[in-house]
Amino acid sequence: MADRPNEERRDSMSTVLEPQDAIKLEGVSRSFGDRTILKEISLRIRRGELFGLLGPSGSGKTTLIKLMTGIDAADGGRITVLDYRVPSLPLLGKIGYMAQSDALYGELTAKENLMFFGAMFELRGARLAERIADALATVGLSQDAGKLVSRFSGGMKRRLSLAVALLHEPELLILDEPTVGIDPALRVSIWASLLALRERGTTILLTTHVMDEAERCDRIGLIRDGSLTAVGSPADLKANTGAGTIEEAFIRLGGERP
Amino acid sequence: MRVRALSVRIFRQFMRDKRTLALLFVAPLFILTLVYCIFGGTGSVPKIGTAGLPDTISGALRASSADIVSYDSEAAARAELTDRKLDALLTVSDGKPTLLLEGSDPSRSRAVMLAVSAMQRTTAADVFKPQIEYLHGKPGMSSFDAFGPVMIGFFSFFFVFLLAGVAFLRERTTGTMERLMATPIRRHEVVLGYLGGFGLFAIMQSALVACFAIYALGMYMTGSIWLILLVNLLLTLTALTLGTLLSAFAGSEFQIIQFVPIVIVPQAFFSGLFPLDGMSPWLHKLTYAMPLYYGGDALRDIMIRGEGFGGIAVDVGVLLGFSLLFAALNVVALKKQRAI
Repeated sequence: MADRPNEERRDSMSTVLEPQDAIKLEGVSRSFGDRTILKEISLRIRRGELFGLLGPSGSGKTTLIKLMTGIDAADGGRITVLDYRVPSLPLLGKIGYMAQSDALYGELTAKENLMFFGAMFELRGARLAERIADALATVGLSQDAGKLVSRFSGGMKRRLSLAVALLHEPELLILDEPTVGIDPALRVSIWASLLALRERGTTILLTTHVMDEAERCDRIGLIRDGSLTAVGSPADLKANTGAGTIEEAFIRLGGERP
Repeated sequence: MRVRALSVRIFRQFMRDKRTLALLFVAPLFILTLVYCIFGGTGSVPKIGTAGLPDTISGALRASSADIVSYDSEAAARAELTDRKLDALLTVSDGKPTLLLEGSDPSRSRAVMLAVSAMQRTTAADVFKPQIEYLHGKPGMSSFDAFGPVMIGFFSFFFVFLLAGVAFLRERTTGTMERLMATPIRRHEVVLGYLGGFGLFAIMQSALVACFAIYALGMYMTGSIWLILLVNLLLTLTALTLGTLLSAFAGSEFQIIQFVPIVIVPQAFFSGLFPLDGMSPWLHKLTYAMPLYYGGDALRDIMIRGEGFGGIAVDVGVLLGFSLLFAALNVVALKKQRAI
Protein backbone atom coordinates (compact mmCIF):
# COMPACT_ATOMS: atom_id res chain seq x y z
CA MET A 1 0.00 0.00 0.00
CA ALA A 2 3.02 2.25 -0.24
CA ASP A 3 2.13 5.55 -1.76
CA ARG A 4 4.23 6.78 -4.66
CA PRO A 5 3.26 10.37 -5.29
CA ASN A 6 4.99 10.56 -8.66
CA GLU A 7 3.48 7.43 -10.09
CA GLU A 8 0.94 7.99 -12.81
CA ARG A 9 -2.49 7.76 -11.33
CA ARG A 10 -5.55 6.01 -12.68
CA ASP A 11 -7.42 7.98 -15.21
CA SER A 12 -10.88 8.80 -14.05
CA MET A 13 -13.33 11.08 -15.76
CA SER A 14 -13.99 13.09 -12.64
CA THR A 15 -10.39 13.32 -11.57
CA VAL A 16 -9.49 16.84 -10.65
CA LEU A 17 -6.93 15.80 -8.08
CA GLU A 18 -3.35 16.90 -8.19
CA PRO A 19 -1.17 13.79 -7.97
CA GLN A 20 -0.04 14.72 -4.50
CA ASP A 21 -3.53 15.22 -3.09
CA ALA A 22 -5.39 12.48 -1.26
CA ILE A 23 -8.44 14.58 -0.40
CA LYS A 24 -9.74 17.74 -2.01
CA LEU A 25 -12.76 19.66 -0.76
CA GLU A 26 -14.11 22.54 -2.82
CA GLY A 27 -16.71 24.80 -1.24
CA VAL A 28 -18.36 22.03 0.72
CA SER A 29 -21.47 22.93 2.74
CA ARG A 30 -23.83 20.90 4.86
CA SER A 31 -26.86 21.93 6.85
CA PHE A 32 -29.55 20.04 8.72
CA GLY A 33 -32.83 21.86 8.40
CA ASP A 34 -32.06 25.52 8.96
CA ARG A 35 -28.97 24.72 11.01
CA THR A 36 -25.78 25.20 9.01
CA ILE A 37 -23.09 22.77 10.17
CA LEU A 38 -20.40 23.40 7.56
CA LYS A 39 -19.92 26.57 5.52
CA GLU A 40 -18.03 26.54 2.23
CA ILE A 41 -15.13 24.37 3.35
CA SER A 42 -12.20 24.10 0.96
CA LEU A 43 -9.24 21.95 1.94
CA ARG A 44 -6.54 19.77 0.40
CA ILE A 45 -4.89 16.92 2.23
CA ARG A 46 -1.72 15.53 0.72
CA ARG A 47 -0.94 11.89 0.17
CA GLY A 48 1.05 10.36 2.97
CA GLU A 49 0.48 13.14 5.44
CA LEU A 50 -0.94 12.92 8.92
CA PHE A 51 -3.58 15.60 9.07
CA GLY A 52 -5.39 16.62 12.24
CA LEU A 53 -8.73 18.35 12.42
CA LEU A 54 -8.85 20.31 15.62
CA GLY A 55 -11.91 21.94 17.03
CA PRO A 56 -14.32 22.02 19.96
CA SER A 57 -17.18 19.54 20.07
CA GLY A 58 -20.06 20.65 17.88
CA SER A 59 -17.76 22.50 15.49
CA GLY A 60 -18.54 20.14 12.60
CA LYS A 61 -15.52 17.80 12.64
CA THR A 62 -17.55 14.60 12.57
CA THR A 63 -19.91 15.91 9.88
CA LEU A 64 -16.93 16.84 7.71
CA ILE A 65 -15.46 13.36 8.12
CA LYS A 66 -18.74 11.69 7.21
CA LEU A 67 -18.95 13.79 4.06
CA MET A 68 -15.46 12.65 3.04
CA THR A 69 -16.38 8.97 3.41
CA GLY A 70 -19.64 9.43 1.57
CA ILE A 71 -21.84 8.17 4.42
CA ASP A 72 -23.41 11.60 4.46
CA ALA A 73 -23.98 13.74 1.39
CA ALA A 74 -22.98 17.40 1.09
CA ASP A 75 -25.59 20.00 0.11
CA GLY A 76 -23.12 21.89 -2.03
CA GLY A 77 -19.53 21.73 -3.19
CA ARG A 78 -17.36 18.96 -4.50
CA ILE A 79 -15.41 16.25 -2.72
CA THR A 80 -12.71 14.16 -4.35
CA VAL A 81 -10.92 11.43 -2.42
CA LEU A 82 -8.15 9.19 -3.85
CA ASP A 83 -9.24 10.02 -7.40
CA TYR A 84 -12.86 9.15 -6.71
CA ARG A 85 -15.68 11.62 -6.79
CA VAL A 86 -17.51 11.09 -3.45
CA PRO A 87 -19.80 9.22 -2.93
CA SER A 88 -18.33 6.06 -4.42
CA LEU A 89 -18.58 2.42 -3.36
CA PRO A 90 -15.12 1.35 -4.62
CA LEU A 91 -13.66 4.27 -2.67
CA LEU A 92 -15.11 2.87 0.56
CA GLY A 93 -12.95 -0.21 0.01
CA LYS A 94 -9.83 1.96 0.24
CA ILE A 95 -10.76 3.90 3.34
CA GLY A 96 -10.36 2.68 6.89
CA TYR A 97 -12.95 4.47 8.98
CA MET A 98 -13.25 4.66 12.73
CA ALA A 99 -16.38 6.33 14.00
CA GLN A 100 -16.57 8.47 17.09
CA SER A 101 -18.75 5.94 18.89
CA ASP A 102 -17.61 2.34 18.93
CA ALA A 103 -19.73 0.50 16.42
CA LEU A 104 -19.08 -3.10 17.39
CA TYR A 105 -21.24 -6.18 17.90
CA GLY A 106 -21.29 -6.88 21.63
CA GLU A 107 -22.62 -10.42 21.24
CA LEU A 108 -19.60 -11.38 19.16
CA THR A 109 -15.97 -11.87 20.16
CA ALA A 110 -13.27 -9.46 19.04
CA LYS A 111 -12.13 -11.96 16.43
CA GLU A 112 -15.65 -12.52 15.13
CA ASN A 113 -16.12 -8.77 14.77
CA LEU A 114 -12.93 -8.58 12.73
CA MET A 115 -13.93 -11.60 10.64
CA PHE A 116 -17.23 -9.92 9.82
CA PHE A 117 -15.72 -6.59 8.83
CA GLY A 118 -12.92 -8.37 6.97
CA ALA A 119 -15.54 -10.14 4.86
CA MET A 120 -17.09 -6.77 4.05
CA PHE A 121 -13.76 -5.84 2.46
CA GLU A 122 -13.60 -9.24 0.77
CA LEU A 123 -10.67 -10.51 2.78
CA ARG A 124 -10.75 -14.26 3.21
CA GLY A 125 -8.87 -17.38 4.23
CA ALA A 126 -5.23 -17.18 5.26
CA ARG A 127 -5.01 -13.53 4.27
CA LEU A 128 -7.90 -12.64 6.57
CA ALA A 129 -6.39 -14.62 9.46
CA GLU A 130 -3.05 -12.90 8.94
CA ARG A 131 -4.61 -9.44 8.81
CA ILE A 132 -6.68 -10.11 11.94
CA ALA A 133 -3.60 -11.23 13.88
CA ASP A 134 -1.67 -8.20 12.66
CA ALA A 135 -4.43 -5.67 13.46
CA LEU A 136 -4.99 -7.16 16.92
CA ALA A 137 -1.26 -7.00 17.64
CA THR A 138 -1.09 -3.37 16.53
CA VAL A 139 -3.73 -2.34 19.08
CA GLY A 140 -2.49 -4.74 21.76
CA LEU A 141 -5.54 -6.97 21.88
CA SER A 142 -4.00 -10.28 20.78
CA GLN A 143 -4.72 -11.83 24.17
CA ASP A 144 -8.39 -10.84 24.06
CA ALA A 145 -9.31 -12.09 20.58
CA GLY A 146 -11.72 -14.72 21.95
CA LYS A 147 -13.49 -12.47 24.44
CA LEU A 148 -17.00 -11.16 23.90
CA VAL A 149 -16.93 -7.47 23.06
CA SER A 150 -19.74 -6.79 25.56
CA ARG A 151 -17.19 -7.64 28.30
CA PHE A 152 -14.64 -5.18 26.93
CA SER A 153 -13.76 -1.93 28.71
CA GLY A 154 -14.28 1.37 26.91
CA GLY A 155 -10.59 1.59 26.01
CA MET A 156 -10.52 -1.95 24.64
CA LYS A 157 -13.54 -1.20 22.44
CA ARG A 158 -11.81 1.91 21.14
CA ARG A 159 -8.74 -0.14 20.25
CA LEU A 160 -10.81 -2.81 18.56
CA SER A 161 -12.53 -0.11 16.50
CA LEU A 162 -9.10 1.02 15.38
CA ALA A 163 -8.17 -2.57 14.52
CA VAL A 164 -11.30 -2.79 12.33
CA ALA A 165 -10.20 0.36 10.52
CA LEU A 166 -6.69 -1.02 9.93
CA LEU A 167 -7.85 -4.47 8.88
CA HIS A 168 -7.81 -4.12 5.10
CA GLU A 169 -4.64 -1.97 4.98
CA PRO A 170 -6.44 1.06 3.58
CA GLU A 171 -4.67 3.78 1.61
CA LEU A 172 -6.48 6.36 3.69
CA LEU A 173 -7.34 6.18 7.37
CA ILE A 174 -10.11 8.43 8.66
CA LEU A 175 -10.25 8.35 12.43
CA ASP A 176 -12.78 10.26 14.48
CA GLU A 177 -11.35 10.92 17.94
CA PRO A 178 -9.25 7.74 17.95
CA THR A 179 -7.72 8.12 21.40
CA VAL A 180 -10.72 9.13 23.50
CA GLY A 181 -10.96 6.97 26.62
CA ILE A 182 -7.61 5.31 26.06
CA ASP A 183 -5.07 5.38 28.90
CA PRO A 184 -1.83 7.35 28.39
CA ALA A 185 0.50 4.37 27.96
CA LEU A 186 -1.68 2.89 25.26
CA ARG A 187 -2.13 6.26 23.61
CA VAL A 188 1.60 6.43 23.18
CA SER A 189 1.65 3.00 21.55
CA ILE A 190 -1.32 3.82 19.27
CA TRP A 191 0.43 6.99 18.15
CA ALA A 192 3.54 4.95 17.48
CA SER A 193 1.54 2.67 15.19
CA LEU A 194 -0.10 5.64 13.44
CA LEU A 195 3.31 7.17 12.78
CA ALA A 196 4.59 3.81 11.52
CA LEU A 197 1.61 3.60 9.13
CA ARG A 198 2.43 7.07 7.87
CA GLU A 199 6.00 5.98 7.25
CA ARG A 200 4.63 3.24 5.04
CA GLY A 201 2.73 5.84 3.03
CA THR A 202 -0.76 5.68 4.52
CA THR A 203 -2.59 8.99 4.54
CA ILE A 204 -4.15 9.62 7.93
CA LEU A 205 -6.86 12.10 8.78
CA LEU A 206 -7.94 12.30 12.37
CA THR A 207 -9.96 14.56 14.58
CA THR A 208 -8.96 15.44 18.07
CA HIS A 209 -9.39 18.02 20.74
CA VAL A 210 -6.25 17.06 22.56
CA MET A 211 -3.65 19.74 21.89
CA ASP A 212 -0.53 17.63 22.31
CA GLU A 213 -1.89 15.22 19.70
CA ALA A 214 -2.37 18.11 17.33
CA GLU A 215 1.30 18.98 17.80
CA ARG A 216 2.32 15.60 16.36
CA CYS A 217 0.39 16.02 13.11
CA ASP A 218 2.14 17.12 9.91
CA ARG A 219 -0.52 19.73 9.40
CA ILE A 220 -3.63 20.71 11.26
CA GLY A 221 -6.84 22.41 10.31
CA LEU A 222 -8.61 24.47 12.93
CA ILE A 223 -12.35 24.26 12.66
CA ARG A 224 -14.83 26.41 14.50
CA ASP A 225 -18.58 26.82 14.02
CA GLY A 226 -18.44 25.05 10.70
CA SER A 227 -15.62 27.08 9.17
CA LEU A 228 -11.95 26.28 8.74
CA THR A 229 -10.19 29.15 10.49
CA ALA A 230 -6.63 28.10 9.69
CA VAL A 231 -4.66 25.31 8.05
CA GLY A 232 -0.94 24.73 8.42
CA SER A 233 1.80 22.88 10.24
CA PRO A 234 1.77 23.30 14.03
CA ALA A 235 4.95 25.36 13.83
CA ASP A 236 3.53 27.68 11.15
CA LEU A 237 0.30 28.21 13.05
CA LYS A 238 2.16 29.14 16.19
CA ALA A 239 4.51 31.43 14.29
CA ASN A 240 1.72 33.16 12.36
CA THR A 241 -0.25 33.91 15.49
CA GLY A 242 2.70 34.58 17.69
CA ALA A 243 1.42 31.99 20.13
CA GLY A 244 3.54 29.67 22.25
CA THR A 245 1.22 26.69 22.00
CA ILE A 246 -1.37 25.32 19.61
CA GLU A 247 -3.95 25.99 22.26
CA GLU A 248 -3.09 29.68 22.31
CA ALA A 249 -3.00 29.81 18.53
CA PHE A 250 -6.40 28.24 18.44
CA ILE A 251 -7.84 30.77 20.85
CA ARG A 252 -6.29 33.72 19.01
CA LEU A 253 -7.57 32.45 15.68
CA GLY A 254 -11.00 31.88 17.15
CA GLY A 255 -11.44 35.59 17.69
CA GLU A 256 -10.86 36.61 14.11
CA ARG A 257 -13.06 34.38 12.05
CA PRO A 258 -12.86 34.88 8.30
CA MET B 1 -19.63 -13.30 0.24
CA ARG B 2 -20.74 -10.19 2.10
CA VAL B 3 -24.29 -11.50 2.21
CA ARG B 4 -23.11 -14.78 3.70
CA ALA B 5 -20.90 -13.04 6.27
CA LEU B 6 -23.84 -10.87 7.31
CA SER B 7 -26.13 -13.89 7.65
CA VAL B 8 -23.53 -15.75 9.69
CA ARG B 9 -23.10 -12.74 11.95
CA ILE B 10 -26.83 -12.47 12.61
CA PHE B 11 -26.99 -16.21 13.27
CA ARG B 12 -24.15 -15.96 15.81
CA GLN B 13 -25.65 -12.94 17.56
CA PHE B 14 -28.97 -14.73 17.82
CA MET B 15 -27.50 -17.93 19.23
CA ARG B 16 -25.90 -15.97 22.08
CA ASP B 17 -29.13 -14.17 22.98
CA LYS B 18 -30.93 -16.87 24.93
CA ARG B 19 -33.91 -14.77 25.92
CA THR B 20 -34.72 -13.80 22.39
CA LEU B 21 -34.35 -17.41 21.32
CA ALA B 22 -36.83 -18.35 24.01
CA LEU B 23 -39.26 -15.68 22.83
CA LEU B 24 -39.01 -16.98 19.29
CA PHE B 25 -39.27 -20.68 20.02
CA VAL B 26 -40.94 -21.20 23.39
CA ALA B 27 -43.47 -18.36 23.58
CA PRO B 28 -45.54 -19.51 20.55
CA LEU B 29 -45.73 -23.04 21.95
CA PHE B 30 -46.82 -21.71 25.32
CA ILE B 31 -49.58 -19.54 23.88
CA LEU B 32 -50.71 -22.26 21.48
CA THR B 33 -51.02 -24.65 24.39
CA LEU B 34 -53.07 -22.09 26.33
CA VAL B 35 -55.36 -21.59 23.33
CA TYR B 36 -55.69 -25.35 23.03
CA CYS B 37 -56.73 -25.66 26.68
CA ILE B 38 -59.32 -22.89 26.35
CA PHE B 39 -60.81 -23.66 22.93
CA GLY B 40 -59.85 -27.31 22.50
CA GLY B 41 -62.99 -28.77 24.16
CA THR B 42 -66.21 -29.35 22.23
CA GLY B 43 -68.13 -26.91 24.45
CA SER B 44 -69.40 -27.05 28.01
CA VAL B 45 -72.49 -28.95 29.16
CA PRO B 46 -75.39 -26.58 29.83
CA LYS B 47 -77.32 -26.96 33.05
CA ILE B 48 -81.08 -26.77 32.56
CA GLY B 49 -83.57 -26.72 35.39
CA THR B 50 -87.10 -28.10 34.92
CA ALA B 51 -90.28 -27.75 36.92
CA GLY B 52 -93.56 -29.59 36.29
CA LEU B 53 -92.54 -31.25 33.04
CA PRO B 54 -94.28 -34.36 31.72
CA ASP B 55 -92.06 -37.42 32.14
CA THR B 56 -91.78 -38.01 28.37
CA ILE B 57 -90.17 -34.63 27.82
CA SER B 58 -87.83 -34.95 30.82
CA GLY B 59 -86.72 -38.31 29.51
CA ALA B 60 -85.97 -36.91 26.06
CA LEU B 61 -84.02 -34.06 27.61
CA ARG B 62 -81.94 -36.43 29.63
CA ALA B 63 -81.01 -38.23 26.44
CA SER B 64 -79.56 -34.98 25.10
CA SER B 65 -76.21 -33.63 26.18
CA ALA B 66 -77.65 -31.22 28.74
CA ASP B 67 -77.36 -31.61 32.49
CA ILE B 68 -80.99 -31.74 33.72
CA VAL B 69 -82.07 -30.86 37.25
CA SER B 70 -85.71 -31.24 38.29
CA TYR B 71 -87.25 -28.90 40.82
CA ASP B 72 -90.50 -29.29 42.73
CA SER B 73 -91.60 -25.71 42.29
CA GLU B 74 -90.95 -23.13 39.63
CA ALA B 75 -90.12 -20.52 42.29
CA ALA B 76 -87.27 -22.64 43.69
CA ALA B 77 -85.89 -23.17 40.19
CA ARG B 78 -86.14 -19.45 39.39
CA ALA B 79 -84.13 -18.64 42.53
CA GLU B 80 -81.37 -21.00 41.33
CA LEU B 81 -81.42 -19.36 37.91
CA THR B 82 -81.03 -15.93 39.49
CA ASP B 83 -78.09 -17.26 41.48
CA ARG B 84 -76.58 -18.37 38.15
CA LYS B 85 -76.53 -21.99 39.25
CA LEU B 86 -78.62 -22.81 36.16
CA ASP B 87 -78.23 -21.73 32.56
CA ALA B 88 -81.92 -22.06 31.70
CA LEU B 89 -85.28 -23.02 33.12
CA LEU B 90 -87.80 -25.13 31.14
CA THR B 91 -91.40 -25.04 32.33
CA VAL B 92 -94.77 -26.01 30.91
CA SER B 93 -97.83 -23.94 31.62
CA ASP B 94 -101.21 -24.54 29.95
CA GLY B 95 -99.57 -27.19 27.76
CA LYS B 96 -97.13 -24.64 26.28
CA PRO B 97 -93.39 -25.05 27.03
CA THR B 98 -91.41 -21.96 28.01
CA LEU B 99 -87.62 -21.75 28.05
CA LEU B 100 -86.22 -19.02 30.29
CA LEU B 101 -82.56 -18.40 29.55
CA GLU B 102 -80.13 -16.89 32.03
CA GLY B 103 -78.89 -14.99 28.98
CA SER B 104 -75.82 -13.08 30.14
CA ASP B 105 -73.43 -15.33 28.21
CA PRO B 106 -74.39 -15.87 24.55
CA SER B 107 -72.24 -18.95 24.22
CA ARG B 108 -74.01 -20.69 27.10
CA SER B 109 -77.42 -19.64 25.73
CA ARG B 110 -76.44 -21.21 22.42
CA ALA B 111 -75.44 -24.43 24.16
CA VAL B 112 -78.86 -24.56 25.83
CA MET B 113 -80.65 -23.98 22.53
CA LEU B 114 -78.59 -26.74 20.94
CA ALA B 115 -79.58 -29.19 23.67
CA VAL B 116 -83.27 -28.23 23.40
CA SER B 117 -83.32 -28.58 19.62
CA ALA B 118 -81.63 -31.96 19.95
CA MET B 119 -84.46 -32.91 22.30
CA GLN B 120 -87.06 -31.76 19.76
CA ARG B 121 -85.43 -33.97 17.16
CA THR B 122 -85.62 -37.05 19.35
CA THR B 123 -89.25 -36.43 20.25
CA ALA B 124 -90.30 -35.77 16.65
CA ALA B 125 -91.14 -38.68 14.38
CA ASP B 126 -88.22 -40.40 12.70
CA VAL B 127 -89.66 -39.93 9.20
CA PHE B 128 -87.26 -37.21 8.08
CA LYS B 129 -84.04 -37.81 9.87
CA PRO B 130 -81.05 -37.14 7.57
CA GLN B 131 -77.80 -38.99 7.81
CA ILE B 132 -75.19 -36.34 8.68
CA GLU B 133 -71.92 -36.26 6.74
CA TYR B 134 -69.08 -33.74 6.46
CA LEU B 135 -67.47 -32.41 3.30
CA HIS B 136 -64.60 -30.96 5.34
CA GLY B 137 -63.73 -31.43 8.98
CA LYS B 138 -65.26 -34.02 11.26
CA PRO B 139 -67.97 -34.34 13.89
CA GLY B 140 -66.94 -32.82 17.18
CA MET B 141 -64.34 -30.52 15.57
CA SER B 142 -63.42 -27.86 18.14
CA SER B 143 -62.92 -24.15 17.53
CA PHE B 144 -59.22 -24.80 18.15
CA ASP B 145 -59.18 -26.96 15.03
CA ALA B 146 -61.07 -24.32 13.07
CA PHE B 147 -58.93 -21.28 13.78
CA GLY B 148 -55.74 -23.12 14.74
CA PRO B 149 -54.23 -22.89 11.24
CA VAL B 150 -54.59 -19.10 11.32
CA MET B 151 -52.97 -19.00 14.76
CA ILE B 152 -49.94 -20.90 13.49
CA GLY B 153 -49.49 -18.30 10.79
CA PHE B 154 -50.14 -15.46 13.18
CA PHE B 155 -47.39 -16.51 15.60
CA SER B 156 -44.81 -16.89 12.89
CA PHE B 157 -45.76 -13.47 11.59
CA PHE B 158 -45.93 -11.64 14.90
CA PHE B 159 -42.72 -12.82 16.53
CA VAL B 160 -40.58 -12.54 13.43
CA PHE B 161 -41.94 -9.04 12.72
CA LEU B 162 -41.05 -7.90 16.21
CA LEU B 163 -37.58 -9.45 16.36
CA ALA B 164 -36.50 -8.43 12.87
CA GLY B 165 -37.75 -4.88 13.44
CA VAL B 166 -35.90 -4.53 16.74
CA ALA B 167 -32.70 -6.13 15.43
CA PHE B 168 -32.56 -3.86 12.39
CA LEU B 169 -33.32 -0.83 14.51
CA ARG B 170 -30.64 -1.73 17.03
CA GLU B 171 -28.12 -1.88 14.26
CA ARG B 172 -29.00 1.72 13.52
CA THR B 173 -29.13 3.05 17.08
CA THR B 174 -25.84 1.42 18.14
CA GLY B 175 -24.05 2.96 15.17
CA THR B 176 -23.07 -0.35 13.58
CA MET B 177 -25.33 0.40 10.60
CA GLU B 178 -23.33 3.54 9.91
CA ARG B 179 -20.12 1.58 10.35
CA LEU B 180 -21.42 -1.08 7.99
CA MET B 181 -22.31 1.60 5.47
CA ALA B 182 -18.70 2.84 5.62
CA THR B 183 -17.69 -0.47 4.00
CA PRO B 184 -18.24 -1.20 0.31
CA ILE B 185 -21.33 -3.32 1.03
CA ARG B 186 -24.26 -2.64 -1.29
CA ARG B 187 -27.67 -1.80 0.07
CA HIS B 188 -29.31 -4.85 -1.40
CA GLU B 189 -26.59 -7.01 0.14
CA VAL B 190 -27.61 -5.69 3.57
CA VAL B 191 -31.24 -6.66 2.97
CA LEU B 192 -30.31 -10.08 1.56
CA GLY B 193 -27.96 -10.73 4.47
CA TYR B 194 -30.74 -9.99 6.91
CA LEU B 195 -33.13 -12.21 4.98
CA GLY B 196 -30.60 -15.03 5.11
CA GLY B 197 -29.78 -14.75 8.81
CA PHE B 198 -33.32 -14.26 10.01
CA GLY B 199 -34.82 -16.57 7.40
CA LEU B 200 -33.00 -19.46 8.98
CA PHE B 201 -34.61 -18.81 12.34
CA ALA B 202 -37.93 -18.12 10.69
CA ILE B 203 -37.88 -21.55 9.01
CA MET B 204 -36.98 -23.30 12.25
CA GLN B 205 -39.64 -21.43 14.18
CA SER B 206 -42.45 -22.04 11.73
CA ALA B 207 -41.54 -25.74 11.47
CA LEU B 208 -41.51 -26.07 15.23
CA VAL B 209 -44.82 -24.26 15.72
CA ALA B 210 -46.59 -26.20 12.97
CA CYS B 211 -45.28 -29.59 14.10
CA PHE B 212 -46.12 -28.85 17.73
CA ALA B 213 -49.68 -27.84 16.87
CA ILE B 214 -50.30 -30.85 14.63
CA TYR B 215 -48.42 -33.67 16.34
CA ALA B 216 -48.41 -32.65 20.02
CA LEU B 217 -51.74 -30.84 20.31
CA GLY B 218 -53.44 -32.93 17.63
CA MET B 219 -54.74 -30.01 15.60
CA TYR B 220 -56.99 -31.19 12.78
CA MET B 221 -54.88 -31.64 9.67
CA THR B 222 -55.61 -33.37 6.38
CA GLY B 223 -53.16 -31.68 3.98
CA SER B 224 -49.44 -31.81 3.38
CA ILE B 225 -47.06 -30.67 6.12
CA TRP B 226 -44.63 -29.45 3.44
CA LEU B 227 -47.18 -27.06 2.05
CA ILE B 228 -47.80 -25.78 5.58
CA LEU B 229 -44.08 -25.13 5.97
CA LEU B 230 -43.95 -23.38 2.60
CA VAL B 231 -46.81 -21.02 3.44
CA ASN B 232 -45.41 -20.38 6.91
CA LEU B 233 -42.00 -19.60 5.49
CA LEU B 234 -43.46 -17.10 3.01
CA LEU B 235 -45.49 -15.54 5.78
CA THR B 236 -42.40 -15.08 7.96
CA LEU B 237 -40.47 -13.66 5.02
CA THR B 238 -43.22 -11.08 4.65
CA ALA B 239 -43.05 -10.34 8.37
CA LEU B 240 -39.28 -10.06 8.18
CA THR B 241 -39.23 -7.63 5.29
CA LEU B 242 -42.11 -5.60 6.70
CA GLY B 243 -40.50 -5.47 10.15
CA THR B 244 -37.16 -4.26 8.87
CA LEU B 245 -38.85 -1.79 6.54
CA LEU B 246 -40.96 -0.24 9.29
CA SER B 247 -38.00 -0.10 11.69
CA ALA B 248 -36.59 2.57 9.37
CA PHE B 249 -39.41 4.77 10.64
CA ALA B 250 -38.86 4.04 14.32
CA GLY B 251 -36.39 5.75 16.61
CA SER B 252 -36.40 3.27 19.48
CA GLU B 253 -37.47 -0.21 20.47
CA PHE B 254 -40.54 1.29 22.06
CA GLN B 255 -41.57 2.83 18.77
CA ILE B 256 -41.35 -0.62 17.15
CA ILE B 257 -43.84 -1.82 19.76
CA GLN B 258 -46.09 1.06 18.71
CA PHE B 259 -46.41 -0.56 15.30
CA VAL B 260 -48.10 -3.58 16.88
CA PRO B 261 -51.58 -2.01 17.28
CA ILE B 262 -51.32 -0.43 13.83
CA VAL B 263 -49.86 -3.27 11.81
CA ILE B 264 -50.40 -6.51 13.71
CA VAL B 265 -53.76 -6.15 15.47
CA PRO B 266 -55.81 -5.19 12.37
CA GLN B 267 -54.26 -8.13 10.55
CA ALA B 268 -55.36 -10.43 13.35
CA PHE B 269 -58.94 -9.22 12.86
CA PHE B 270 -58.85 -9.63 9.10
CA SER B 271 -56.90 -12.86 9.05
CA GLY B 272 -59.88 -15.17 9.41
CA LEU B 273 -59.68 -15.64 13.17
CA PHE B 274 -63.11 -14.00 13.19
CA PRO B 275 -65.83 -14.44 10.57
CA LEU B 276 -65.80 -11.55 8.09
CA ASP B 277 -69.10 -12.24 6.33
CA GLY B 278 -70.99 -9.66 8.33
CA MET B 279 -68.57 -6.90 7.40
CA SER B 280 -69.58 -4.17 4.98
CA PRO B 281 -68.28 -4.93 1.47
CA TRP B 282 -66.00 -1.90 1.18
CA LEU B 283 -64.36 -2.72 4.52
CA HIS B 284 -64.04 -6.30 3.39
CA LYS B 285 -61.78 -5.13 0.57
CA LEU B 286 -59.19 -4.15 3.20
CA THR B 287 -58.42 -7.82 3.68
CA TYR B 288 -56.70 -7.84 0.29
CA ALA B 289 -53.99 -5.57 1.71
CA MET B 290 -53.26 -7.86 4.65
CA PRO B 291 -50.52 -10.49 4.25
CA LEU B 292 -51.90 -12.49 7.16
CA TYR B 293 -55.22 -12.92 5.34
CA TYR B 294 -53.53 -14.80 2.50
CA GLY B 295 -51.42 -16.84 4.90
CA GLY B 296 -54.42 -17.76 7.06
CA ASP B 297 -56.50 -18.59 4.00
CA ALA B 298 -53.84 -20.89 2.57
CA LEU B 299 -53.15 -22.60 5.90
CA ARG B 300 -56.87 -23.29 6.38
CA ASP B 301 -57.23 -24.64 2.88
CA ILE B 302 -54.37 -27.04 3.48
CA MET B 303 -55.15 -28.17 7.02
CA ILE B 304 -58.93 -28.34 7.00
CA ARG B 305 -59.85 -28.74 3.34
CA GLY B 306 -56.79 -30.73 2.32
CA GLU B 307 -56.02 -28.56 -0.70
CA GLY B 308 -52.91 -29.24 -2.77
CA PHE B 309 -50.54 -26.65 -4.21
CA GLY B 310 -53.01 -25.70 -6.94
CA GLY B 311 -55.53 -24.58 -4.32
CA ILE B 312 -53.13 -22.20 -2.58
CA ALA B 313 -51.08 -20.99 -5.55
CA VAL B 314 -52.72 -17.56 -5.53
CA ASP B 315 -52.03 -17.07 -1.81
CA VAL B 316 -48.44 -18.21 -2.28
CA GLY B 317 -47.98 -15.80 -5.18
CA VAL B 318 -49.38 -12.85 -3.27
CA LEU B 319 -47.22 -13.55 -0.21
CA LEU B 320 -44.16 -13.78 -2.42
CA GLY B 321 -45.16 -10.48 -4.01
CA PHE B 322 -45.49 -8.80 -0.60
CA SER B 323 -42.01 -10.04 0.41
CA LEU B 324 -40.42 -8.79 -2.80
CA LEU B 325 -42.16 -5.43 -2.53
CA PHE B 326 -41.14 -4.89 1.10
CA ALA B 327 -37.57 -6.03 0.41
CA ALA B 328 -37.27 -3.62 -2.52
CA LEU B 329 -38.67 -0.75 -0.44
CA ASN B 330 -36.15 -1.69 2.22
CA VAL B 331 -33.27 -1.28 -0.21
CA VAL B 332 -34.65 2.16 -1.06
CA ALA B 333 -35.17 3.09 2.61
CA LEU B 334 -31.50 2.32 3.30
CA LYS B 335 -30.68 5.38 1.21
CA LYS B 336 -31.41 7.27 4.40
CA GLN B 337 -28.23 5.66 5.80
CA ARG B 338 -26.05 6.20 2.79
CA ALA B 339 -26.82 7.95 -0.48
CA ILE B 340 -25.28 5.20 -2.65
